[in-house]
Amino acid sequence: MASSSSYSNPPCAACKFLRRKCLPGCIFAPYFPPEEPQKFANVHKIFGASNVSKLLNEILPHQREDAVNSLAYEADARLKDPVYGCVGAISVLQRQVLHLQKELDATNADLMRYTGSETSYLNQMTAQFGRMGRGGGGGGGASFNPNSGFPAATYSSQWNNDSNSSEHGGNGSM
Amino acid sequence: MASTRCAACKYLRRRCPSDCIFSLYFPSNNPQRFAYVHKIFGASNVGKMLQDLPVHRRADAADSLYYEAHCRIKDPVYGCVGIINILHQEIHNVQCQIAKIQAEIAFLGTHAQSDQQLQIAPNLDPNFLAEQKGLSNSFDDSSTWFF
Repeated sequence: MASSSSYSNPPCAACKFLRRKCLPGCIFAPYFPPEEPQKFANVHKIFGASNVSKLLNEILPHQREDAVNSLAYEADARLKDPVYGCVGAISVLQRQVLHLQKELDATNADLMRYTGSETSYLNQMTAQFGRMGRGGGGGGGASFNPNSGFPAATYSSQWNNDSNSSEHGGNGSM
Repeated sequence: MASTRCAACKYLRRRCPSDCIFSLYFPSNNPQRFAYVHKIFGASNVGKMLQDLPVHRRADAADSLYYEAHCRIKDPVYGCVGIINILHQEIHNVQCQIAKIQAEIAFLGTHAQSDQQLQIAPNLDPNFLAEQKGLSNSFDDSSTWFF
């Protein structure tokens, strides 16, 4: 008859995992529901319950859900890729951005060529017919800025998905 | 007995054994590196993670752990995920710009084609040519009139 769960709420996934009472006000309870045991298991394996608790206590309550979700994402990425974790994804995305920016430059150059050609056609038309009805071809909307603000913390491009680079620590400059 | 402790053992105030798992990747000249990693992951977790990897992968793992820890300390809410979101947004923005320019090029290309066709008989009466401009398929099957 006497039950250890004298509280109306079931223990959260964290307290279940840690085999402890889930007290009211448990810092984990809102973010680690009992239906998602794997979420806490992953986060605990990579970061540790104590570190997660400290981290959550240091940020505002309305930001904690986002923090937990990003920690869960990172933990999941690290479990799938124990060497690079989500940093591998960052490296891939950075390469993609560089590739696209080159493509943007090339496309812009193509546009400049057309704009130059269009201008000469217009000049000929003006000379022959005395008419310039069109709105200047590609004059508008060509002010592209491929170098929009990029975060300062760009990761070095030494990371390849299957890299065996054996640089030692001590050079983690950012 | 090591005369110089690695940054980890210095931080943890313990002896640095000759086979210390941290010593190669957390040298004493960069104490912040281990401090960050310890704050986010914990020394015990880092040690386990490194132990579980083959030796030739540990340096990269230590570097990526430091990077993640650094990102998390700078942005306690989103950490590395914040950077991933920014990069996704950047990719999307650049793709949109490329698509926009390509559409513009396609439009200009069509214009140039149609204008070229009008130049075939430069000595004709301009009024006659203006009338011709209103007709479709005058010279070429691919002509498209955007007026």
